[in-house]
Amino acid sequence: MHGRIRTWGPGALVLLPTVLLLGYFVYGLIAWSFNTSLTDRHTARKGPADYVGFENYVNLFGEERFLNSLKNLGVLTVAFIVGTLIFGVLWALLLEKGVPGESIFRSVFLFPMAISMIASGVVWAWLLNPSQGEDARGLNRLFETLHLGFLENPWWTAGNRWTTMASIALPAVWQLSGYIMALFLAGFRGIPGELREAARVDGASEFKLYRHVLFPQLSPIALSALIILGHMSLKLFDLIYAITGPNQFRTEVPAVYMWNTLLRSDQAKAAAIAIVMLAVVAVLVIPYVAYTVRQEAEE
Amino acid sequence: MSAADATGSAAAAIRRTPKSRGLIGDGSTRTSRTVRYVFLLLFLLFVLTPVYVVVITSFKTSADTTAAAQWSLPETWTLEPWRKAWEVLQPYMIRSLSLAIPAAIISSLIGSANGFVLARWRFPGANLVFAFILFGMFIPYQAVMLPLRTTFTELDVTRGVPTLLIAHVIYGIPICTLIFRNYYATVVPTEIIESARVDGAGLVQTYARIILPISISGFVVTLIWQFTSVWNDFLFALFLTQQNNGPVTLGLAALSGGQKVDYAASMAGALITSFPTLLVYIVLGRWFIGGLMAGALKG
Repeated sequence: MHGRIRTWGPGALVLLPTVLLLGYFVYGLIAWSFNTSLTDRHTARKGPADYVGFENYVNLFGEERFLNSLKNLGVLTVAFIVGTLIFGVLWALLLEKGVPGESIFRSVFLFPMAISMIASGVVWAWLLNPSQGEDARGLNRLFETLHLGFLENPWWTAGNRWTTMASIALPAVWQLSGYIMALFLAGFRGIPGELREAARVDGASEFKLYRHVLFPQLSPIALSALIILGHMSLKLFDLIYAITGPNQFRTEVPAVYMWNTLLRSDQAKAAAIAIVMLAVVAVLVIPYVAYTVRQEAEE
Repeated sequence: MSAADATGSAAAAIRRTPKSRGLIGDGSTRTSRTVRYVFLLLFLLFVLTPVYVVVITSFKTSADTTAAAQWSLPETWTLEPWRKAWEVLQPYMIRSLSLAIPAAIISSLIGSANGFVLARWRFPGANLVFAFILFGMFIPYQAVMLPLRTTFTELDVTRGVPTLLIAHVIYGIPICTLIFRNYYATVVPTEIIESARVDGAGLVQTYARIILPISISGFVVTLIWQFTSVWNDFLFALFLTQQNNGPVTLGLAALSGGQKVDYAASMAGALITSFPTLLVYIVLGRWFIGGLMAGALKG
């Protein structure tokens, strides 16, 4: 026994600081937030607070503004995922057989990911200027110049929830489609060439080749992409902050609402919103982490 | 495929352009190749459009930024917006550099040690510890932000670079651990470790003599990933710092916010703040993708 501990003991010791740090800064602080969300700490004051059970959560889900932010998030997530998948998969399909200058296309499609969402938000805030016609600015001005006036629109500043949140999703799609391209490109290139050849020898058309041979191979990647994108969308904050400012009911999502609540020093409510966000992410991610770890363990 | 095992293999797979497809050919005609190319060029334009307008605007005089002239080249080229933006952003840039570089180095070192143990010096329950660490990667930081602020206040940590440094190092550990764990699991044969153990080498010796010398690729990936995500972070910056001690994302938000925005200067500012990460992306692009594959689920 003593010998065994001598063997693995040092390893456990290396991980101890990490476990302690994350134990406090991840799990401990989440527990602290959750605890705050169960109290009536609606001010910045320190002293003791009373427990009110799940009252803050009940209030949140009965509140027009929070429900609005959840609906906005839902629509944003759909628009973002659909847009990014369309562009990302399309680019991967266009590139996967190899074209001259492929590395240039790849680099350009991917580069927006290197930029902060604040920098791209500053730029897109200006591109998505709502003025139209003579005064048109940003993209609307480009449409005006190209005689594509019918494309001009007020972006996120007017219209229904779908057009509003789709306008917010547009910059995010611009920024992250390249990432999905990279994922799928790696997927296509990972499929053994023999599979394609066998299908072609059997006389399968290109369409059938993709439909029945290649795409089924990529379903694990598609699942990863969905989880990654869904999870990014839930956390989207910087971009909305930069494009519309934090105080827009029209584009408010829970992450932004949490910030606004905190500005008014309502700690209990802000914590409750944060815990709801965590719960949504956890539902998406815990099965994924469990799957990943189990898969690695089998290796 | 999981985000985890995508790290190394996917980044390599993307670059593996299929050279020969055997006798059957790649199933595409000259027409289809031309059509593909036309589409790729159109998408290239779509991605680069914001870049064009940002660059030209950053060289315009304020008289030149009228709505009608927005997409035209500057009447007179001026460096004034760049000078103005630099004047505002310079102190932020210095703070961001003194934050991002040490944060990247420290979390990479911790990640490397953790990754080695989890991959090749395992102890009972290592998988559980791995899952425990991994979950920290996915949480929305809102869920820890409030108590984190309180913790820093109670520990009397100076607001600004020190608070951000601690936060980024701690919350960067999971992703760095994951990247290194997968890296070592791929490149370090178990037999080498076994024979080192038989020769009586302990953990530290094995790590220093065998592991560290072959860790360069892993370090490049985590350093780039951490540097980029710390540089681009806005959420921690907003919650934990203020204008007089915050990083560059906060500076850009200040430069581009307010009532009377100088568009030329904001665009120059967006370019200035993006320059370090873009440089990293251009020079070390192929390593950048490796980090993307593993890191997309973080924060």
